[in-house]
Amino acid sequence: MSTTSTPATTGPAARTLPRLGGFTPAMIGLELRRMLRNRRTVVFTVVMPPVFFLIFGSGDDLRHQSAGGGNVAGYVLVSMAVYGAMLATTAGGAMVSIERAAGWSRQLRLTPLRPAAYIAIKIILAMIVGAVSVLATFAVGSVSGARLPTEAWIGCGLLAWLCALVFAAFGLFMGYLLPSENVMQILGPVLAVLSFAGGLFVPVDSLGHTFATIAQFTPVYGVGVIARYPLMHDGGLAVAVLNVLAWTALFAAGAVWRFRRDTARV
Amino acid sequence: MIDVMTLTASPERSTTGPYAVEVVSAVKRFGDVTAVDGLSLSIRPGEVVALLGPNGAGKTSTVDMMLGLSRPDTGTVSVYGRRPRDAVELGLVSAVMQTGGLLKDYTVGETVRLTAALFGRGRGDVEKVIDRAGLGEVRGRLVGKCSGGQQQRLRFAMALLPDPELLILDEPTTGMDVGSRHAFWSAIRDDARAGRTVIFATHYLEEADAYADRVVFMRRGQVVADGTAAQVKALASGRTVRATLPGASREELAALPGADQVEVRGDTVLVQASDADAVARHLLTRTAAHDLEITSHNLEQAFLTLTSDDTGGDGTTTGDPR
Repeated sequence: MSTTSTPATTGPAARTLPRLGGFTPAMIGLELRRMLRNRRTVVFTVVMPPVFFLIFGSGDDLRHQSAGGGNVAGYVLVSMAVYGAMLATTAGGAMVSIERAAGWSRQLRLTPLRPAAYIAIKIILAMIVGAVSVLATFAVGSVSGARLPTEAWIGCGLLAWLCALVFAAFGLFMGYLLPSENVMQILGPVLAVLSFAGGLFVPVDSLGHTFATIAQFTPVYGVGVIARYPLMHDGGLAVAVLNVLAWTALFAAGAVWRFRRDTARV
Repeated sequence: MIDVMTLTASPERSTTGPYAVEVVSAVKRFGDVTAVDGLSLSIRPGEVVALLGPNGAGKTSTVDMMLGLSRPDTGTVSVYGRRPRDAVELGLVSAVMQTGGLLKDYTVGETVRLTAALFGRGRGDVEKVIDRAGLGEVRGRLVGKCSGGQQQRLRFAMALLPDPELLILDEPTTGMDVGSRHAFWSAIRDDARAGRTVIFATHYLEEADAYADRVVFMRRGQVVADGTAAQVKALASGRTVRATLPGASREELAALPGADQVEVRGDTVLVQASDADAVARHLLTRTAAHDLEITSHNLEQAFLTLTSDDTGGDGTTTGDPR
């Protein structure tokens, strides 16, 4: 430690509060850098979805069958983009779990950062990584046989991304619920199961009537239908919207509930 | 079961401005455990105060309340006349916590920059605290790859960023080697000379002795002694009188002038006394006591006796739960 003399402190009177409860673009930048430093996050969110597309969606037969205004490869690509956005936003929200385990949340409470600003930053981060995931998946798909009408490239991409907000809430909820350092090792398989159940990997109709009915109530179903709509223009849009709204409300309520407990306890 | 002499060395009151910290009858319970039990404490700006006590004495719970991390169940805690959380937001108070509180996948420099961003401080302040905490060489290193001492200096740098009026340190030198410990305390001393108020919790008697103007002993969530380091030393330099006295009355012995603590074990009485001669004289002339012996004990023992938790028989336990 250096022993340079200390100037007098700022003084109790001359102090002001930071604006916006500590919400700053600088924090978002640093957090993003940290998230991308985590190889596992990058592999899960940016590498895996395009690779899944290459394995499951880019076969010759899929390129030649049409689906909506594009081909089946395009249909699979949209599903993979939804999957990637989901993983990314869940991982973004679930960061709070690691931060709680490390005592970082407690440290942040010794700064002017307000809890609401912290949550807002986490959601923005989740959505940024979600956007990167969708863009990476679409970029790979566009040069590997996926064909979509222009308006579907834009519409499906935007909707896949926006609807992934429900999983940012899911990630936050789980992040506050599970005090684990590696919460994504639990949530990764959970999301895979939910994706099957919600018809993201296999169309629900192909699994029988009963299953198709149940699928409508699972959280991935709505996101998938909405994201594919600009391409397929079919499926019960109203049911899907209702599904997304209900799950978002549920996960957000859960996150708020756990969050309140967390800040009261620490 | 233990009576403890309380040194009331209240420093003369400051007439200008509020106390740096004012705790009034604070009680903090965690379930059945009372971590802080009616604590009152006033600390003036510019004081360097050691909160001394064994693990579970309620030091961390007290510090948490001063930082707004928890609220007392009853009683009040104010920092520079404000609610602790408000004082934190204004950067009036900051802290170096015992463990944790760092993210392994940030670099040292990024951690400081993030803290600066949250306090609305600029690049200049970042450079200043990195320099003051001696982190220049490791600023590009990931926190997870830093030694315990380096991590502690990083916490110190973060605590300096808001340029606080009051710096709170919770067991700050845990896990540091002697060299880092010395360097750390020199930096804190420099700070205090410039007028910063410093409160540190510790269970090292020698740290309290060497660096604090005032020592507050805590035990079971209460202040059991409060005075200057010199007074504390005087208290700790007492001796123990041991004698055989069947049917001894603890209350009677405790009332003797010069007796600090009395313990009765069967026919044996143990009196810890600041005036051992007076106690011995009384025992030998006014009671049937025999086999009397007087032993002196060192500072460390005295401290342990004064603050230890396992000599009591009243069944209450205090903890420091998180």
